[in-house]
Amino acid sequence: MEHITLLIGIVIVTALVFDFTNGFHDTANAMATTISTGALKPKTAVAMSAVLNLVGAFLSVEVAKTISGGIIDESSGIKPEVIFAGLVGAIVWNLLTWLAGLPSSSSHALFGGLIGATLVSVGAHGVHGDAVVMKVLIPAVAAPFVAGLAAMLATRLTYRIGRDADPEATSRGYRAGQIASAGLVSLAHGTNDAQKTMGVITLALITGGVVAPHSDPPLWVIVSAGSAIALGTYIGGWRIIRTMGKGITDIQPQQGFAAQTGAAATILASSHLGFALSTTQVCSGSVMGAGLGRSGAVVRWSTAGRMVAAWAFTLPAAGLVAAGTALLADQGTWGVTTVAVLGLAVCAVIRTASRRKPVTSANVNDDGAVATAGTVGAVEPQGAVTAAIAAVIPPPAGPVAPATDAPATA
Amino acid sequence: MSIDWHALGTVFVVTLVATVGLVGVFTLGIVATGRRGGSASAASASSGSPASSGPSASSDPSGTGGGAALLARTGGWVCFAACAAAVAYGIHLIVG
Repeated sequence: MEHITLLIGIVIVTALVFDFTNGFHDTANAMATTISTGALKPKTAVAMSAVLNLVGAFLSVEVAKTISGGIIDESSGIKPEVIFAGLVGAIVWNLLTWLAGLPSSSSHALFGGLIGATLVSVGAHGVHGDAVVMKVLIPAVAAPFVAGLAAMLATRLTYRIGRDADPEATSRGYRAGQIASAGLVSLAHGTNDAQKTMGVITLALITGGVVAPHSDPPLWVIVSAGSAIALGTYIGGWRIIRTMGKGITDIQPQQGFAAQTGAAATILASSHLGFALSTTQVCSGSVMGAGLGRSGAVVRWSTAGRMVAAWAFTLPAAGLVAAGTALLADQGTWGVTTVAVLGLAVCAVIRTASRRKPVTSANVNDDGAVATAGTVGAVEPQGAVTAAIAAVIPPPAGPVAPATDAPATA
Repeated sequence: MSIDWHALGTVFVVTLVATVGLVGVFTLGIVATGRRGGSASAASASSGSPASSGPSASSDPSGTGGGAALLARTGGWVCFAACAAAVAYGIHLIVG
């Protein structure tokens, strides 16, 4: 670990911060439907997801190599400042979308940040355009459709097969299946997304000349990246969990199971073929598909629309922030310092803003809490202030929300 | 720039088949094992771990066609076993 300069140290810390935001941003992917159907209690769900993320981080380094060697040209003169700028862009965008409760892709934020910073500092030749299209854009567009269609057909099928069955007896089975597939999603998330951070840290070490190009991430990188993402997952991005679990559509155990299985199958199939696929888009797509698959279910297209808009904006927005950051960071030490201070200030502001309307494990299922009213709510003692604030939070779904009780009986 | 349609198509087909197949098989398992799912079996099953409560429900369908019920339950467990194998394969894919 010798030869690590202060700047590279800062980059590594920033990368771990990004990894942390990645964790709590993406908890929803694996656990939103599990929590909203009541298959697992909120705290149990995030704890399980965190452990599996940590385990997943140790399982493979395949994606880590893709990130550092594929999208950005490591030999084109990428400096640690560039990576730093890219990470700051990604973190800021991640926090903003989290504040809005939108499940945008952390991977796209990271790619966007890195691309934006590279374009400014190095120029267009530092980015492999083909790799961006092939490994980022196409899977991102295709993923929600693939997962959505699979989840929709699976939902139809499972309702058809189980139409005569006793819902009391079958819902337990569905919950068990849902937990299993949610576990797979968490595990896959650990192998995918923790590795992205490992890839970035490795890239920083390569650009700083600490390790040789195209080498595997060192063990301490794997350990710290896995821990950061697990910690973030355990903290839980309750805002996003609420959007995915309750905001898009009302999810019954059958739908949760179909959605989660579809997500797991999509993620495994695509990552097995070497795509750097966004878990977020897969999971959101499968939730929408599950909503479409049940007759009588309502998909709230306004929420879905905002989400898709956030997806489209993620890469360019993170890229823009990172480009500005890169301009500053290129000015030398004072520039990097300014960026660090500004970044911390933005994080503090967003955190303060989030405190006004907190979403926690205690009120994550509040909107249309039809099926799970008994299982949540008593998880954590709420402060009087929290309870009072929770009572006045407008539901994210807006005017459609009052109708949530109706379709559940259909 | 060449788009790898073949890989994309493979992902699409594999995902579709795997999801629909798994969900279908698992649902069959649920329906089969929970067949005489009256209040008795539901109550006896509500306590205990999700995957191991099937046999405990075997006490009540004594009068009506025990053979058919047994067959259904066995079939259900075969379905669950197939799903467990799929999960194991999934973990194998993640590791490998």
